[in-house]
Amino acid sequence: MSETAELAVVGAGPAGLAAAALAAGFGLDVALIDEQPGPGGQIYRGIETSPHAPGTVLGEDYWYGARPVRAFRRSRVRYLPSTAAWSLDRERELGLLHAGQARTLAAKRVILATGAIERPIPIPGWSLPGVMTAGGAQILLKTAGMVPHSGTVLAGSGPLLWLLAWQIGRAGGKLDAILDTTPKSNWRRAWPHLPAFAVSPYALKGLRLRLAVGRRFRVVSGVVALAAEGQERIEAVRWQGADGSEGRLAVDTLLLHQGVVPETNLAMAAGVPHRWEETRLCFEPVLDAYGDTEVPGIAIAGDGGGILGAWAAEETGRLAAVAAIRALRPDAAEALRPVEARARRALAHVERGRAFLDALFRPAERFRIPEGETLACRCEEIAAGRVIEAASMATGPNQLKAYLRCGMGPCQGRMCGLTVTELMAKARGVSPAAVGHYRIRPPVKPLTVAELAGLPPDPVGEGAVNRD
Amino acid sequence: MFRRQPETAATLSILVDGKPIPARAGESVAAALLAAGLSAFRRSPVSGVPRGPYCLMGACYDCLVTIDGQPGRQACQVPVASGMRIETKP
Amino acid sequence: MGDCDVAVIGGGLVGGAVAFGLARLGRRVALLDEGDLAYRAARGNFALIWAQSKGLGLPEYGAWTARSAAAWPAFAAALHEVSGIDPGLHQPGGFHLLLGEGEYLRRGELLARLHNQPGMPEGGYRMVGREELAKLLPDIGPDVVGASYGPRDGQCNSLRLFRALHLALGRLGGAYLPAHGVQALRFRGGSFEIEASGRTIGAGQVVLAAGLGNAKLAPLVGLEAPVRPQRGQIVVTRRTARFLDHPTTTIRQTDEGGVMLGDSVEEAGFDNAVTLGPISAIARRAVRIFPRLGALPIARSWAALRVMSPDGFPIYQQSATCPGAFLATCHSGVTLAAAHALHLAPAIAAGRLPPELAVFGAERFHVSAAA
Repeated sequence: MSETAELAVVGAGPAGLAAAALAAGFGLDVALIDEQPGPGGQIYRGIETSPHAPGTVLGEDYWYGARPVRAFRRSRVRYLPSTAAWSLDRERELGLLHAGQARTLAAKRVILATGAIERPIPIPGWSLPGVMTAGGAQILLKTAGMVPHSGTVLAGSGPLLWLLAWQIGRAGGKLDAILDTTPKSNWRRAWPHLPAFAVSPYALKGLRLRLAVGRRFRVVSGVVALAAEGQERIEAVRWQGADGSEGRLAVDTLLLHQGVVPETNLAMAAGVPHRWEETRLCFEPVLDAYGDTEVPGIAIAGDGGGILGAWAAEETGRLAAVAAIRALRPDAAEALRPVEARARRALAHVERGRAFLDALFRPAERFRIPEGETLACRCEEIAAGRVIEAASMATGPNQLKAYLRCGMGPCQGRMCGLTVTELMAKARGVSPAAVGHYRIRPPVKPLTVAELAGLPPDPVGEGAVNRD
Repeated sequence: MFRRQPETAATLSILVDGKPIPARAGESVAAALLAAGLSAFRRSPVSGVPRGPYCLMGACYDCLVTIDGQPGRQACQVPVASGMRIETKP
Repeated sequence: MGDCDVAVIGGGLVGGAVAFGLARLGRRVALLDEGDLAYRAARGNFALIWAQSKGLGLPEYGAWTARSAAAWPAFAAALHEVSGIDPGLHQPGGFHLLLGEGEYLRRGELLARLHNQPGMPEGGYRMVGREELAKLLPDIGPDVVGASYGPRDGQCNSLRLFRALHLALGRLGGAYLPAHGVQALRFRGGSFEIEASGRTIGAGQVVLAAGLGNAKLAPLVGLEAPVRPQRGQIVVTRRTARFLDHPTTTIRQTDEGGVMLGDSVEEAGFDNAVTLGPISAIARRAVRIFPRLGALPIARSWAALRVMSPDGFPIYQQSATCPGAFLATCHSGVTLAAAHALHLAPAIAAGRLPPELAVFGAERFHVSAAA
């Protein structure tokens, strides 16, 4: 027999915490599943165990995370930490793994709050040891109190780039340079959204960060090309400016960032339809105003439904919970009305300014669509040139996968999915929407054969495999 | 190169390829290895080139190491524990 | 517009092999394929070339399979030469591993019955006891009591096979046309018109190799294909050091190093989703057979739809009413690829299926319906 819950929430970041706490408050039997040992997600990662004194180094937006975590700790949610959700089907049965033990959990409703992953940055040499994401460096800072000290360059584009630089500065770390790849031409597109951004909660903060970082570290703007060089590990970073100028620095660490994109693998494995979002250049699930997907009973909240940031994630988490509570407790409809109204107001507030950020930090084609020998798929080491060569013959990314093995490695396409779709689209002169994406199958998190074998046998499965 | 901030000193020790390295409770195996100056954790099974952690959030699968005899574990997702045995292939 | 000698409908392994065979004979071939999310058995197979258990109830199928297995080396070499891609043929003989005395006895009886049929090729199998087996496959678990061995059995890299077929066709002057799902198919004035992707393609001959899609296409040109989907699921591990030198029915190590674990048989309609019951049963059986597999991380799972006829055997047919229209369907696209390229394709080029394939006509289903 499968374990059950009325509502299963996957992910203990801001969206998942808010959804779980609200639903539990309305008396639902809620299970909150999270891969990490403690709540907070990536954004508030390690908030209960961080080696930093509260209020220091990481900044007030990080320490704000203690509030939703406390609210969740007070709730009556069944919390399943250190538990990976490796499977989800259309009947809302989840496959879980905790301490080497696999089991299933069947829920009446599921809210996926699986958050975001860093957008791949397929530049030459990006698979060399020593090349890491800015998000990764931030996790090292949050959870291990580690900061770069020498031989480090931070490169790319987006709000996190500046936040991380500021945090590194506050922590006494060193960056040899910041290479800003934000295309100058993005300003033209972002301009119309400036008035809304100016009155948004992000504007003043962002400006302050940017100025503080500029005072502390060398910033090179208008970078149009970037490469990591080295044999066994990164030895240098080379770049080119818009004016044709070139630069090179010897480094042992290169931190890359060009925004984050929804982590879609679990939703895709459940058959949730996704569509290409041209402003944000990624696939996003098709959702209604509550985050419900086209698969009955499965909703998506937080950045997994489209990148809106941590504050918005709390509100979309609440809205998804509102829909789940209303479905399971029709009597609560009246009491939910003010809750929903509050969440919608707050969401509207924090959504303001997002269009400006999306337009300004839209990564340049040069850094999304590689060419020649640059790896598109890190796991199977498939160069961009090979993808382009095979693109004309393949029916789409799934056939390409069969042809070249791209997307077949352990990352299951997380590091190459968007790149391969965009490469094919460009090679054929069609939109990425027309190309589509990899079909994702479970397990979407690592599971050994023995762990899978450890699931309790069911007659249907046994009957399907017994050939005797 | 990453360094620990002084106030976050190591509190325990893990064995990496037979050698003890310091680690701090609450951090991942990947963090402990990086703090010890290791950036290449394994060899790609395709061409044999060295690889190390890239995303540190469980998405890239480039930080795979053997932990207590279990191959292919994500170093960035496993918290350190005292006496843990790690095998890398730098 | 787009005129060709032969239009092959269906870009999977059956269509790909027939198209390759026809193109080698100098025919101008158009290979029409559907889109990226088509039901595609060619991307979900187990990559075995398998003969030992084929043909119970139809020894001609056993013979046809053995003939294909024997033709595979020549087929692989020809394909490699034309496409530049090695389909990775490895044919050292294969095992069906047996858990417990009961399985061993029943397998022995089954294969004896099968291979004692008149018309079955000689030397198709032998039973192997545990002691001998353990020398060849030292990693077997304690529950494995023995195996049946098929000397003709082998494996290939079916994804490279798939790509090689498409590439080879292009190099031989043919056209692989993805996103050309067939909208209409007509026989007019002695030749065929196919509407696909907004164009009309004229062809002197047409070969229906569209798998499950054949069911709808066949009646348009006086053929029939009473096929249904049958789901099969597969689990694949990450790459590991080589430990398995022979293919087995349900476990094989690919030339890249991953281990494929199969497979299940389910009647699930057109639902090709992976489900946990069967894949965990697959994992349980795999760990009993090779305990060392337990520690391997899973890279992915897969479910695909086999193309099954009512009796499970292939259907090969030529149209009586629309001369030049042929149909080929089977659920052993890898095993039979060599026969399809080297024997079936020449027969189609000559305009007539050979007498030994007469038993595979869809008429055989009428007989049982009338009885």
